[in-house]
Amino acid sequence: MADAHDGPDHGDNAGTAVARQDSHDAAAPPAAVVRADRIPNPGFPPERLRVTDLDPKKARQAERTITVLFFLSVLGSVLAVAAYILFPIEEGDPSTIRLNNMLIGVGITLGLLGIGIGAVHWSKTLMHGHELVEERHPTRGSDESRERAVEIFREANAESGFTRRSLVRNSLIGALIATPIPAIALFRDLAPAEDPIALLKHTMWETGTRLARDPSGTPIKASEVTIGSAFHVIPEGLAELESHRLEEKAKAAVLLMRLPLDELNEDPAKADWSYDGIVAYSKICTHVGCPVALYEQQTHHLLCPCHQSQFDVANHCEVIFGPAARPLPQLPITVDEEGYLVAKSDFTEPVGPSFWERQL
Amino acid sequence: MSTTATPPTPSAETAPGRGMRFTGWAANYVDERTSASTAVKALGRKIFPDHWSFMLGEVALYSFVVILLSGTFLTFFFDPSMTEVEYSGSYVPLQGIPMSVAYHSSLDISFEIRGGLLMRQVHHWAALLFVAAIGLHMLRVFFTGAFRKPREFNWVVGFLLFVMAMALGFTGYSLPDDLLSGNGLRIIDGMIKAVPVAGAWISYLLFGDEFPGTDIIPRLYVLHIMLLPAITIALIGIHLVLMVVNKHTQFAAPGRTNDNVVGSPILPGFAAKAAGFFFLVFGVIVLIASFFTINPIWNYGPYDPSPVSAGTQPDWYIGFADGALRLIPSNLDVVDPFGFTWAFGVLIPLVGLVVFLAAVALYPFFEAWVTGDRREHHIAERPRNAPTRTAIGAAGITFYAALWAAASSDLIATHFRLTIEGVILALQIATVFGPFLAYFITKRVCLALQRKDREIALHGFESGRIVRLPGGEYIEVHEQLDDFERWKLVSFDEYQPIMVRPNDQGKITVSQRLRASLSRWFFEDRIAPVTQNELESQKH
Repeated sequence: MADAHDGPDHGDNAGTAVARQDSHDAAAPPAAVVRADRIPNPGFPPERLRVTDLDPKKARQAERTITVLFFLSVLGSVLAVAAYILFPIEEGDPSTIRLNNMLIGVGITLGLLGIGIGAVHWSKTLMHGHELVEERHPTRGSDESRERAVEIFREANAESGFTRRSLVRNSLIGALIATPIPAIALFRDLAPAEDPIALLKHTMWETGTRLARDPSGTPIKASEVTIGSAFHVIPEGLAELESHRLEEKAKAAVLLMRLPLDELNEDPAKADWSYDGIVAYSKICTHVGCPVALYEQQTHHLLCPCHQSQFDVANHCEVIFGPAARPLPQLPITVDEEGYLVAKSDFTEPVGPSFWERQL
Repeated sequence: MSTTATPPTPSAETAPGRGMRFTGWAANYVDERTSASTAVKALGRKIFPDHWSFMLGEVALYSFVVILLSGTFLTFFFDPSMTEVEYSGSYVPLQGIPMSVAYHSSLDISFEIRGGLLMRQVHHWAALLFVAAIGLHMLRVFFTGAFRKPREFNWVVGFLLFVMAMALGFTGYSLPDDLLSGNGLRIIDGMIKAVPVAGAWISYLLFGDEFPGTDIIPRLYVLHIMLLPAITIALIGIHLVLMVVNKHTQFAAPGRTNDNVVGSPILPGFAAKAAGFFFLVFGVIVLIASFFTINPIWNYGPYDPSPVSAGTQPDWYIGFADGALRLIPSNLDVVDPFGFTWAFGVLIPLVGLVVFLAAVALYPFFEAWVTGDRREHHIAERPRNAPTRTAIGAAGITFYAALWAAASSDLIATHFRLTIEGVILALQIATVFGPFLAYFITKRVCLALQRKDREIALHGFESGRIVRLPGGEYIEVHEQLDDFERWKLVSFDEYQPIMVRPNDQGKITVSQRLRASLSRWFFEDRIAPVTQNELESQKH
């Protein structure tokens, strides 16, 4: 390593460097073009001194600036602690949170930027500013160490019989492959010993379960569902569940809408799944499971805000746009003797995103 | 220079001061137990080349340190339990609402702990910066060919760090258990379920029950604060060691060759700049966190599978994956004759993203094979001097950008008063055809820039001086560059397509043909650097 030269000897330096570069040519690939008459590296240009190198006054000025910056940093750190104590968070007053956040932050910022700007300024103005040169060497080990490495492996092989005793070696490899298997098996109890496929195919809806409002859980009368209205629905009893409330909700959430009868185009096989223009569809998107929460009353379209799949409620919720794979499953409904909307049965197909065993 | 810069050598007679005596004693004490002087001797004056683009990797490293510091603070207060409690904190709108302990403690960090909100925001902003800096650093390395031999492994290590950063980001995003992060997990659940054969089982085991279960947050927490950071720190260690072993690349400049490194030594210049830069990065992150809110979880409410708000956005680095999900056409489920469901609407984006990331990871090996170049390369290329690579990179960026824009398709539609269908169609077209367009434009631009470089190297630059010739003609005088300025324009590697050659058995293998045609694709259109002869004949 040597200082970069701006003196008369820099030409030599560059000359040797270029010669070394040419020595690569023997190994040049067929695709490389190496011209004999390429322009040589001119070597290091004359150095440009900084103003602080030339003028001691400027150097002293830089020294002062850096010192001030470091003192500012100390001041910032003190300010941060002061803000911590003097601007506490007061309950019920969100503005104190903002003030606390901002003032502590400003103090810490000053503490950090003071050091940062000072150190960079120091290195740029006052530290030795000349570029230095270091030689590179090929990354590969020297021939000597490579030979020695090969020899070590050969000796190790001879002394252990790793290749000679192939039975030992192969049985070891077999044993090593087998050892992680228990680790895989141990992960089975990450989840309870139930069949997830069976769970995915059933929801909380049963014959006679009342449709209730989300989140209050009060049941809905058919007479309350006026034309054009939409309800976010959960099964009655879900809100009171002690366990698995969210898991059940993630499957059972339903949207209830009433359409004018002449605009509702129903599948003849499912003609009795609705009641007087009131239809209930799963709210869980058949794409990746977001709630299809946006209902456009005029067009009877449902929109999933996550990936913009659109479903046409008037046409059994078929997908009219976006990445969803299937129509939203319909929940068969009717009314009970008190006039409340109830499910006729569970969904007849799994709700939510597709999975491998879905159709089985 | 040696007149100004030689440090005064302390003469033997000068008695060392008390401070020096202590330093000497301490250094000896440590060295006798650690051989630390060997490391100082090897690394202390190691040279680092300087260029603004080399600091992108530093930004990534320093923001990771900030993430570790602020994250450690957060772990002292965060409780990852999903047990349901009623909110009792000081944020009035949520009082009495049932929520998980995780969400409750995230709110407490924001509203009850002095500086807690600041640290949360520092952590989140630093995470966003971390991934962004890694991305830009990767682009710098790609477009300057700094991944070429001997740095292919380090490219792969850096790629893994990029993946780790996204994994860390996503697991962290999920921890507060607010409505947005829960919906993010719901999307992950839906994607996992689409995986053939085992999808439903993987989801069931991961969530410890049906979605959402009560295990996912504690499990992600362990990944987020232990396993992933440990892997990341190990990878950063390997990344830095390999960088020291390979030494840093440098841009072509007079005096700089493939066989030297020119720059400032670690002690003191580089260390001062780097350490100072750490404080700058840290300071800027804290400054942003002091004034700009990020992820206001109190606005979203606790996770519930039923509600969702319009205009939801993932953190920026997950955007490309979310966008890929949005661009797929409708109704792609296929049920095979055995009754199994292939959810191609999810599988195509999933496989597409994996293929894209694999292509990024493996590109250095592909280019090395096509060029057949086994030399070590330590000079960072100017992007224009590798037109095909630069064009491939531009195509990749366009593909990524189109997917990324698609993650905001709804916001683009509402902001610019467009239909969502129109935005999606435009982005589908951009995703499929945009990369080709970007490829051709970039390649032509590179070649044109090379031609201009050649022109300037040969004929000089326009001096702005207009001269009237005796015949009455006006010309602008061109001035020649000096040798130092010219060097930057003429010092690049030159390649030509390789020929198909029969091997030892006299056969031309399929892989030979493939390689030759790829090589033709790479180097058919090329501009040769100006040679000495051309320069001489120009002068006369």
